[in-house]
Amino acid sequence: MRKFWTVLATLATLSLTNCGYNAIQSNDEQVKSSWSEVLNQYQRRADLVPNLVNSVKGFAQQEKDVLLGVTNARAKVGSIQATPDVINDPGAFAKFQAAQGELSSALSRLLVVTENYPQLKSDALFRDLMAQLEGTENRITVARNRYIKAVQDYNVQIRSFPTNLTAMAFGYKEKPNFSVDNEKEISTAPKVDFNQSPAAPAK
Amino acid sequence: MIAARLSLLALLVGWAFAALADVAVPPLTGRVVDQTGTLSTSDIASLTRTLSDLETRKGSQVAVLLVPTTAPETIEQYSIRVAEAWKIGRKRVDDGALLVIAKDDHKLRIEVGYGLEGALNDVTARRIIDEIIIPRFKTGDFAGGVSAGVDRIVGVIEGEPLPAPAAKPQLDFGLSDLLDRFNPVFIFIVVLVGGGLLRGLFGRLMGSVATGGLIGLIAWFAVGSLVVSVIAGLIAAVFTMISDGISTAGPAGGGGWSSGSSGGSWSGGGSSGGSFSGGGGSFGGGGASGSW
Repeated sequence: MRKFWTVLATLATLSLTNCGYNAIQSNDEQVKSSWSEVLNQYQRRADLVPNLVNSVKGFAQQEKDVLLGVTNARAKVGSIQATPDVINDPGAFAKFQAAQGELSSALSRLLVVTENYPQLKSDALFRDLMAQLEGTENRITVARNRYIKAVQDYNVQIRSFPTNLTAMAFGYKEKPNFSVDNEKEISTAPKVDFNQSPAAPAK
Repeated sequence: MIAARLSLLALLVGWAFAALADVAVPPLTGRVVDQTGTLSTSDIASLTRTLSDLETRKGSQVAVLLVPTTAPETIEQYSIRVAEAWKIGRKRVDDGALLVIAKDDHKLRIEVGYGLEGALNDVTARRIIDEIIIPRFKTGDFAGGVSAGVDRIVGVIEGEPLPAPAAKPQLDFGLSDLLDRFNPVFIFIVVLVGGGLLRGLFGRLMGSVATGGLIGLIAWFAVGSLVVSVIAGLIAAVFTMISDGISTAGPAGGGGWSSGSSGGSWSGGGSSGGSFSGGGGSFGGGGASGSW
């Protein structure tokens, strides 16, 4: 009897190697680790923001709206519980992405504004912070790209035969991927109007 | 008719542009890869010496790449692609750095591996670009800018405590590696040694069938495909059946095979002489960019 069970266990293990169960495990883990890297880099950016706001504040006190926008977006990002489980919940994922997108656009508004302050731009601390922010944004891009690739591999495997049967049996679902934040803005052509005076940069 | 031809032409032009997609990653021919013909042979030689000295002292690998342009990609997208393809820096230590210069775009970037992000952080990389390289590039002194920048990068890396470099280029070709993968050499040894043994035990027919079954099982575990494993098993069975004298020479032959293949083609971190290859370091997009 004991022998029978051993043989059965061996066969079960073999069938698991064959039906893609192990491959699903490794792809799933790949997705998780690339997601952690994404979170890691977003966190790095969020940690930079208060310093950046402070250094801008010293030179551009009057840009209250923009600074407030960044601070609020930063607070919103911080309030979202970015656990690794987010990738199993498309709704939470979309919310996370929206919050990070908001911070991105608030930051880019801030950077546009800082162009008007030559003194700020030549400040050593501000320049260092900008270098860090640029590096972090690039790391975010890389991490997101790697996540997109990992999810693609995982989803393709989950959906192709015969591994889709295994995935169904064990309840592995497709994982959400990043989409373009401003789809609407991109699909509409920008308007160029020479008649109007350009928007007043600084009040 | 003309309209049809025109639309065909437009289509072809469109395809041509699509085919023009990204600039290919050049092969890693040395520590300094110059595709623009900017640096003289002696410049390249002295840079290479500086960089190979760094590798023998500290173990970290630094490479320089000059390309005409990275369009349509940005220099950040291009340089991470190059870094991923070249894999400079030691494996696990990830102490590689890459200086990419797109001459016609007037852009450059220092791409930093994970292990060097502490010493050569974004701010330091940015300062090296802004304060050391760009002023020289602006006056047209490319060789001077590159070598001053490389000297500074090397200087920064010198200050970073890193694991000591391996005395010899390591051969990461252990037994676990053999067992890990579906390695033809490993399978061959098993067939030779195990086949001879089993044939001695069970006789020719039973022995070869047993060998075939064993190999099939191993293949099944390794590849996970039934078809491949059956084919592997069949080949092994036939081989064992027809191979006669090998059973006696089996173990010796097997040993010779394995050492022969590990000695020749598996180089870990290429360090000596002219040939240079990445050690398997990984990059995460750290570093800084600049333009002149």
